[in-house]
Amino acid sequence: MTAFQAGADFGDGRREETQGPRPEAIMDHAGPTAKRIIVGYGFWIFLLSDIVMFSAFFATYAVLVNETAGGPSGKDLFDLHNVAIETACLLLSSFTCGLAAIGSRAHNGLLYYGGMAATFLFGLGFLSIEMHEFAGMVGQGAGPTRSAFLSAFFTLVGCHGLHVTLGLLWLLTMVAQVFAKGYRADILRRVLCFALFWHTLDIIWVAIFTVVYLLGAGA
Amino acid sequence: MFGKLTWDAIPFDQPIPLAAGALVIVVIVGVVAFVTIKGWVPYLWREWITSVDHKHIGIMYVTLAAVMLLRGFIDAIMMRSQQAIAFRSQGYLPPEHYNQIFSAHGTIMIFFVAMPFVIGLMNFVVPLQLGVRDVAFPTLNSVSFWLTATGALLINLSLVVGEFSRTGWLPFPPLSELTYSPGVGVDYYLWGVQISGVGTVMTGVNFVTTILKIHAPGMTYMRMPVFCWTAFASMLVIVAAFPVLTATLAMLTLDRYLGFHFFTNEAGGNVMMFMNLIWIWGHPEVYILVLPAFGVFSEVVSTFSRKPLFGYRSMVWATMAICVISYMVWLHHFFTMGAGPNVNAVFGIASMIIAVPTGVKIFNWMFTMYGGRVVYATPMLWSLGFMVTFVIGGLTGVLVAVVPADFMLHNSLFQVAHFHNVIIGGVLFGMFAGYTFWFPKAFGFRLHEGWGKAAFWCWFIGFYLAFMPLYVVGLMGMTRRMQHYDVPEWRPWLLVAAVGAAVILAGILCQVAQLVVSIRHREELRDLTGDPWMGRALEWSTSSPPPAFNFAVLPYVEGRDDYWRRARLAERGAGPAVEPVYKAIEMPRNSATGFVCAFFATFGGFGMIWHIWWLVGVSLLGAFVTFVVFAWRDRTEYEIPADEVARIDRANRRARGEAFTPAGVLS
Amino acid sequence: MILGAGVRRFVLRLAPLLAALPLSGCDLAVLDPKGPVGEGNATILVDSVAIMLVIVVPTIIATLGVAWWFRSSNQRAFYLPDWEYSGQLELIVWAIPLLTIMLLGGVTWIGAFDLDPARPLESKEEPLNVQVVSLDWKWLFIYPDQHVASVNRLVIPAGTPIHFSLTSGSVMTAFFVPRLGSMIYTMNRMRTQLNLLADHPGIFHGLATQISGDGFADMHFEVEAKSTEDFYAWLGQVRAGGPELTPESYIALSKQSVVPAPFTFRSVTDGLFDKILDQTLPPGPGPVAETDPGPIVATAPRLCVGRRN
Repeated sequence: MTAFQAGADFGDGRREETQGPRPEAIMDHAGPTAKRIIVGYGFWIFLLSDIVMFSAFFATYAVLVNETAGGPSGKDLFDLHNVAIETACLLLSSFTCGLAAIGSRAHNGLLYYGGMAATFLFGLGFLSIEMHEFAGMVGQGAGPTRSAFLSAFFTLVGCHGLHVTLGLLWLLTMVAQVFAKGYRADILRRVLCFALFWHTLDIIWVAIFTVVYLLGAGA
Repeated sequence: MFGKLTWDAIPFDQPIPLAAGALVIVVIVGVVAFVTIKGWVPYLWREWITSVDHKHIGIMYVTLAAVMLLRGFIDAIMMRSQQAIAFRSQGYLPPEHYNQIFSAHGTIMIFFVAMPFVIGLMNFVVPLQLGVRDVAFPTLNSVSFWLTATGALLINLSLVVGEFSRTGWLPFPPLSELTYSPGVGVDYYLWGVQISGVGTVMTGVNFVTTILKIHAPGMTYMRMPVFCWTAFASMLVIVAAFPVLTATLAMLTLDRYLGFHFFTNEAGGNVMMFMNLIWIWGHPEVYILVLPAFGVFSEVVSTFSRKPLFGYRSMVWATMAICVISYMVWLHHFFTMGAGPNVNAVFGIASMIIAVPTGVKIFNWMFTMYGGRVVYATPMLWSLGFMVTFVIGGLTGVLVAVVPADFMLHNSLFQVAHFHNVIIGGVLFGMFAGYTFWFPKAFGFRLHEGWGKAAFWCWFIGFYLAFMPLYVVGLMGMTRRMQHYDVPEWRPWLLVAAVGAAVILAGILCQVAQLVVSIRHREELRDLTGDPWMGRALEWSTSSPPPAFNFAVLPYVEGRDDYWRRARLAERGAGPAVEPVYKAIEMPRNSATGFVCAFFATFGGFGMIWHIWWLVGVSLLGAFVTFVVFAWRDRTEYEIPADEVARIDRANRRARGEAFTPAGVLS
Repeated sequence: MILGAGVRRFVLRLAPLLAALPLSGCDLAVLDPKGPVGEGNATILVDSVAIMLVIVVPTIIATLGVAWWFRSSNQRAFYLPDWEYSGQLELIVWAIPLLTIMLLGGVTWIGAFDLDPARPLESKEEPLNVQVVSLDWKWLFIYPDQHVASVNRLVIPAGTPIHFSLTSGSVMTAFFVPRLGSMIYTMNRMRTQLNLLADHPGIFHGLATQISGDGFADMHFEVEAKSTEDFYAWLGQVRAGGPELTPESYIALSKQSVVPAPFTFRSVTDGLFDKILDQTLPPGPGPVAETDPGPIVATAPRLCVGRRN
């Protein structure tokens, strides 16, 4: 989304001058903030709202974690080995995403495209392991319709996975955009937002593997 | 091919929805035909449908709210009339129909009247009061509006195709689960509310960013008008509360569509979890609605008392206190679920604490009038009506926060009377005051005062007639949502309540008349100066209506109520008479993104409701493509040349000058 | 002329109803309790309102008074165009609501504990256990120690504390007897508790207070408090005839229907309530396709359980 601010953004840091203060007045507040800050700030607020949504799923999971309806519990189902690989994938993907972000600001194609490609691959790796885990669970009769615990598990972890999927779609779009239009100021702002999104997903994953997998498997 | 949709979905055998639906379709087709024949479509497309201008979006929100108010009110009339006659009889509305009506009434009034009204006023006013040109993300703003409209459309579609939810305005499980509500009613509710909820969260993000980061120079946070503070608090609450609604409704949706077990009776589902989650959203929601209403009253009372708002700092603190505490009280909606005395008592006390900042506000408004010169214009009447009515509603609210009292009054008509007392007396009166107050700014002419006053008195008297009896009948032990009853003592009170509803209907008709008469007589009611009320905040320094760019040059703000100070200086001929240097202004381009997104959202929602999966897939794809197309834009802004800006601004100054001073300029 | 006569007749028919208004005002069930729980609740309710009126009434009068005196046409009123702050007033303005709330908070805290529904009542009498199951759309009252049950009619001995254990055989709803005291939710798989006592014999209205579906308005029941001798006589009558409450007859009862008249069961399988609680006896099915709910007519039950032979 493009951000609009009062006054043209010439892209090089200049802003439209507003009616100045009287000479004798002290400028307490400089007026509207720069576009890049506005976009980042707004996107942070959105991420906070997304985290609130995840909290609702976490709270539900916590309440329903023991409602296994006679079926399997986390202890029976979770494979921490897979979880470790998934975590590694996401952490590394965050690193490569950071490289891509740096590359975009430096207008460095190798770093940008390379970083994005690596991020994509790691993300895809994460998703395929997760899909495999889900399919396996469903196959052994431990699907989300089996019990409230499993409903909560699949929803919480699945919601994160859905966000990762959408993130990958977004990643491809950003690669296409830079390819088509170059390192334009508004496109760089979107890359910034994408990077924030990706890192946030990583943070949420840390919460998931702690609350769901580590605590679940240990219980 | 069409999922669950068959011809049976249309209620050919039920005369009332069939007639209502037919009427609505005739009206819509008539309006569309009229507009097309008159050749207004290009204008509407260019100026309104694809507009990203906060002023136009605000007006569209308020228009949506007004239309939905009519629909929701008709539901109310049906409920009151049914209860007036259904004594030892089935009345004229069988239960499966009556239950849909009260569910639709609540859903529409909260989500599609109160929310859009409040958001619409904030949209129109906040950027003007902050002295800036638009919100942080104008196209996102348009998307938000159109998604809200989608939700409204889906809810209303349920009248003609299928049915609506019968669970009440909040779909408590297990009644709302597939086992006990197998029809499409709850699905209509879920998708309508969910889609519009997404739009609302985006509005929250937009305005929090705007209010924190986009101000005129010199406008520190403590120089913002109180309306902006209440808008800020309300938007913060949206950002923090609506995602919980999204999650909760998503869980119920998963239960219904994919057989999950969050809230089912079997396999470990937990009904209490739903109650907690939904009210963690539900309580902050009512503060989302009432805080901006408080802001409107702050503006109106200070303007029509000719005095600055008393205790500005206190009002700000009180607003933020309400914002925070609103998250700590949710359990008072289910004291009777059996959580135990410790938990109940804590939440009861927390619920009372929130009455403290609210009481402070009432006193501060009173002190604003004290020593003032109060003008009884219509907005001021609404404010006085609010101050009396809301205090009574607050009393009954604190009463039901007293846990043992709630044990007797929960879910009774006493509780219904309480929340209508605060929502009508607080939110609706506030919206009507704001609508009357800012109407001239939006359209360039005032609303007719006589009809406005008539509307106020009808609403005020009608409200008391309609709801005071409900307090009584609640104390008699009558519960809410009863399709029929056989306790004779309840009947007279319900008859009086029905009369009250009729008086409110008269009030609504007065408002319609007011609008029609005002448009007819708009030249006599014309606002030439842009400041018909001796306003205090920056929006009154623009012309009525303001130009697209709001301010030719962003004003420099030196204190609170800075416009008032400069206007009084200009009146006395004092103050600099310097014309500013005009520069070209870049404004965001219009975009069809919002409308097209809503188009896909409507079909996607409809597809989900009726299990038409290919339609859902196509809609999701369409929405994604829309976003990509939008992202691919090269030209995002257009330029208004400096001489055009100059021309518009000089005309504004001239018009003001004729009213203010011969010299004709403001600083 | 005909119209006038018709209107006149309508008004005449309406008049007694409207005249009943002030008379019926004496029948505020919540404020006219017949038991200690209801009395406790009502006392707190009235006291809280009184405390708040002390603040609210002067506030409303002051608001209207100020608005009227300082109207712009009043030449005698002073004008303080710059008066927008006073520290002392702020202190008072924050203090008044705060002190009121502190008082009410104390009332709430104590009241929440004293009147918690699960708290046993003080009485010389042994409590009578009643198990309550809310169904679609009727109330089942089981007397586990007496091994009988009743549908839509709760008979209790006056002067004896009644200990209710409640659950739902279908959706969440709530149990309420306005003249006796607090309401409490019923939920499937959960057991809530309530303690009530009727001081003297009498007949009281009871109802469900949470929407539970199309038959919700018919979920009212009669509560009759009898003297102890009459209560035991009633038990004798119940045991003398009528159907038996077994898992099978319970399953039939749990289907969606409205019961036209209250009836009783002469015996109850032991542990039936616990079976409902742990879902051995599953919650009632919702609307079944072939009996899709049309208008619920209270006169025609969908099933024949409870017909006395």
